Amino acid sequence: MDIHINGKKYKAVQGETILEVAVKNGIKIPTLCYHSDLCLAGNCRICVVDVDGAKTLQASCTAMASNGMKIWTNTPKVIKARKMNIQLLLGSHFGECYTCPRNSNCELLKLAEEHGIEELPFPKKSKRTRELEITPSLTRDPDKCIMCGRCVRTCEELQGVHAVKPIGRSNDVRIETFFGQGLMHTSCTMCGQCINRCPTGALYETSCIQPVWDALADPDKYVVVQTAPAVRAALGEEFGMEPGTRVTGKMVAALRKLGFNKIFDTQFTADLTIIEEGTEFLTRLKRTLVGKEKGLLPMTTSCSPGWVKYIEHFYPDLLTHVSTCKSPQQMFGPLAKTYFAEKEGINPSKMLTVSIMPCVAKKYEADRPEMNASGYKDVDYVLTTRELAKMMKTAGLDLKDMPVEEYDNPFGISTGAAVIFGATGGVMEAALRTVYEIVTGREVPFKNLDITPVRGMEDVKEAEITIEGVTAEYKFLEGAKVRVAVAHSLGAAKKVMDKVKSGEADYHFIEIMACPGGCLGGGGQPIPTSPEIRKARARAIYEEDESMAIRKSHDNPAIKKLYEDFLEKPNSHKAHELLHTHYLKRKRFDKVK
Amino acid sequence: MPAAGFILEKIKQGEALKKAFEINRAEITDIIKDSGLKGRGGAGFPTGLKMYLCGAAADTVKYVVCNADEGEPGTFKDRVILETIPEKVFEGMTITAYVIGSREGIVYLRGEYAYLKSELENVLKEMRKNNMLGENILGKGFSFDIRIALGAGAYVCGEETALIESLEGKRGEAKNKPPFPVSSGLFGHPTLVSNVETFCNIPHIVDKGSLWFKNMGSGKSTGTKLISVSGDVKKPGVYEITFGMKVKDLLKLAGAEETKAVDIGGASGIIIPELQFEREISFEDIPTGGSIIVFDKTRKMADIMENFMEFFLDESCGQCTPCREGTKYFVDAVEKIKNRKITEQDLKNLRDISDCMKITSKCGLGQASTNAFISILDNFKDELLS
Ligand SMILES: Cc1cc2nc3c(=O)[nH]c(=O)nc-3n(C[C@H](O)[C@H](O)[C@H](O)COP(=O)(O)O)c2cc1C
Ligand code: SF4
Repeated sequence: MDIHINGKKYKAVQGETILEVAVKNGIKIPTLCYHSDLCLAGNCRICVVDVDGAKTLQASCTAMASNGMKIWTNTPKVIKARKMNIQLLLGSHFGECYTCPRNSNCELLKLAEEHGIEELPFPKKSKRTRELEITPSLTRDPDKCIMCGRCVRTCEELQGVHAVKPIGRSNDVRIETFFGQGLMHTSCTMCGQCINRCPTGALYETSCIQPVWDALADPDKYVVVQTAPAVRAALGEEFGMEPGTRVTGKMVAALRKLGFNKIFDTQFTADLTIIEEGTEFLTRLKRTLVGKEKGLLPMTTSCSPGWVKYIEHFYPDLLTHVSTCKSPQQMFGPLAKTYFAEKEGINPSKMLTVSIMPCVAKKYEADRPEMNASGYKDVDYVLTTRELAKMMKTAGLDLKDMPVEEYDNPFGISTGAAVIFGATGGVMEAALRTVYEIVTGREVPFKNLDITPVRGMEDVKEAEITIEGVTAEYKFLEGAKVRVAVAHSLGAAKKVMDKVKSGEADYHFIEIMACPGGCLGGGGQPIPTSPEIRKARARAIYEEDESMAIRKSHDNPAIKKLYEDFLEKPNSHKAHELLHTHYLKRKRFDKVK
Repeated sequence: MPAAGFILEKIKQGEALKKAFEINRAEITDIIKDSGLKGRGGAGFPTGLKMYLCGAAADTVKYVVCNADEGEPGTFKDRVILETIPEKVFEGMTITAYVIGSREGIVYLRGEYAYLKSELENVLKEMRKNNMLGENILGKGFSFDIRIALGAGAYVCGEETALIESLEGKRGEAKNKPPFPVSSGLFGHPTLVSNVETFCNIPHIVDKGSLWFKNMGSGKSTGTKLISVSGDVKKPGVYEITFGMKVKDLLKLAGAEETKAVDIGGASGIIIPELQFEREISFEDIPTGGSIIVFDKTRKMADIMENFMEFFLDESCGQCTPCREGTKYFVDAVEKIKNRKITEQDLKNLRDISDCMKITSKCGLGQASTNAFISILDNFKDELLS
């Protein structure tokens, strides 16, 4: 069918919105509550357009194109109305831009600038009306909320968590938790996906920047830093680089310039996770197939702290299925404060471990009371990708100008299997590369080790691998068909776990990441996010894997040495003490006081 | 012109329904279309067309919903209908269900009318006993039943999409249209939502024909309208008028004296001064869902403004920008008007906000919420600004 936009004819398909047709043809209509990851709300009334024959202006994000429709996107009437709506939002938006964590990429501020808003025709809200809510991971500033509802839609649709909803009416409406108890008393998983979609400074990570500056400045402290795989595929965006630019070596140089004593890689403990988790998986397989034990399979991954908190709240009876392995971040902490500290003769009480994560749930994870296997807090501070960029900017470091440098030894050595932890399906792929080889003595039968069935952005992926030609130790697995599933976003996790719960699923191993796209789409990553941006970051991750000299975790020489020197063997007593953990059965929300 | 006054009269229960069963469905739709019946809930959408659209929607599950939310300040005519002739409403719903192919009807009853629920349920029970509802109605192979659902006191839940959300157990918020309820309504199924009074007209039209109906009223506003008259009148109550009646004639009927202003259409309506009492109540001139509030010369217009704007400040669902953010400035403005502090610039800004609310609000609530303010401002400038 044909529609007319601003006097020109365009082709449209039944079911397309006016906005979709406009975007397709390079016509920009400003939007605010619209987000490419979420269902349509049509609340902000910024994207309104004039349609011939309609009494009122239409929200182009939700209004369907119809044959012969005549649409005007920029008439004085439209611009005046749009501008008024922006002014109305600004009028009740409390706070000064110069102190706002989002002032460099606030969508409301951008709209105000684009529409030339110089003053408000009415007094602006000048007093704080609601308190900040500060959790270990997220900070909520309700006074900066403009009720676009993106966080609610994220939490409901994408994550299936339903931690926040609108309550109240009229200009008293606000986003709240169950009975206003606060995020820490609900099923909030701390994934921070809402932060990535908030257009303003109403949601952001709880910052650890200041204590890290203090630590770096303290001559008495030995500060080591670890960087998660997904950070290197996204940090560049904070410095104006295209999504999908790999910046590993430049990031290492910047961290060195910031003054960290050692620049280590979380990928080292990602490789270690594969050995520990792969061994655990084989043990669970044996106990199930040979020992006929129940409740051990399928085993699910445990690297994603948002996922861990989700299953603690939503499927507490299935916690035996979660691998007991700590996440790579939390394996790193105790090893740094024991093995590395001993080796280097550093007093662990003087050591601080900082991690750079694409995640805000990692902040919560580091604060969990059981995370002190070293006798100290294993991971002291967690910074998001965004916070690292901020520190660099404070220190006058532009990533683009950085030289390319190498990680420090020994925790800087890693493999391609570890880098793909950053993308959905990566942990599964890395685990299969190792487990298959342990069991058969041969490489996993995929061209170039690329296990493509578990790659990509489909929300639930499934694959099956037949194990043949096993070594003597694994006779019980001869001919076994190992079925795996990979889910990213908690909405997808729910689909898989409901099947596990009902007994319908016959998987052996499930990888689950709380965030869409895996860690590369984490709640601590640069804003904005979209399916395209996440695809670009994934591309960078797989290129990085391709470029690595070693691509299988069990071939990492530093890991072999770690076992020889310190841990003895996978799943040893010592490994259990330092690298494994337990979980907590939680309710959906606390009892209402 | 035949005398008005059939809506609240009892009819022989089931006559129209029997007649309907004898005519085919398309024909009934045509009769309703031809009668010119328009929705009595306020928006005035042609009822026959609504029936046609919902009937044409392809789905095995469809709903007929009677909107008895009656939240508009100053309206109580639906309550009177439900108190006196509920069986007529139910019969109208049943005929509608038969036409569109629905098996389930729901009456969305205003929370404050909860006391009516058990009596309504008794009537439904009686109808089931007489085989006018339930399985195989009157042995004609058509099955349909009705249940009563209670609202919880939000004005916006009278808006049909918000009503449907509320029926689904969700927060009552208006949804984007399209899709309209006739194609995707309750639980995603085609749903015909009509006002209590609209359903009351249907048995009569089926029984007496469209010509009979068209002969009442004026122009495109056919039939009669129940009007709830309240305020400074000697005889407040529900009046059935034929469309086209002049405001001043209705005032006379109700015994209004020394009238200064009349609100037509409740909080969402407009307020007119004496000069305009010649105007007619009809879809073409001044439409109304059924509320007329009369103010005599002792009333202060600023108080009326305040009352209506505070109502909207309370009742906006808060979902969309213009309605949520705009309304408070009007409440503030009334305060300024009362203190003689309002400036020309303020008034210009308010008109700009009002224009924006009218054309960009997501639902009818925000689109209409400044009507009262602006019409009082326009019609009573001297009193307010001198
Ligand atoms: C804010 C708002 C409140 C409304 N309240 C009512 C109501 O109480 N009763 C009603 O019948 N229609 C109400 N309506 C109109 C309904 O949306 C809808 O048009 C009507 O129920 C359709 O029935 P009709 O075609 O018989 O008029 C309201 C509309 C809006 C925007
Ligand atoms: S116009 Fe008002 S009541 Fe309607 S959707 Fe918007 S905020 Fe809600």
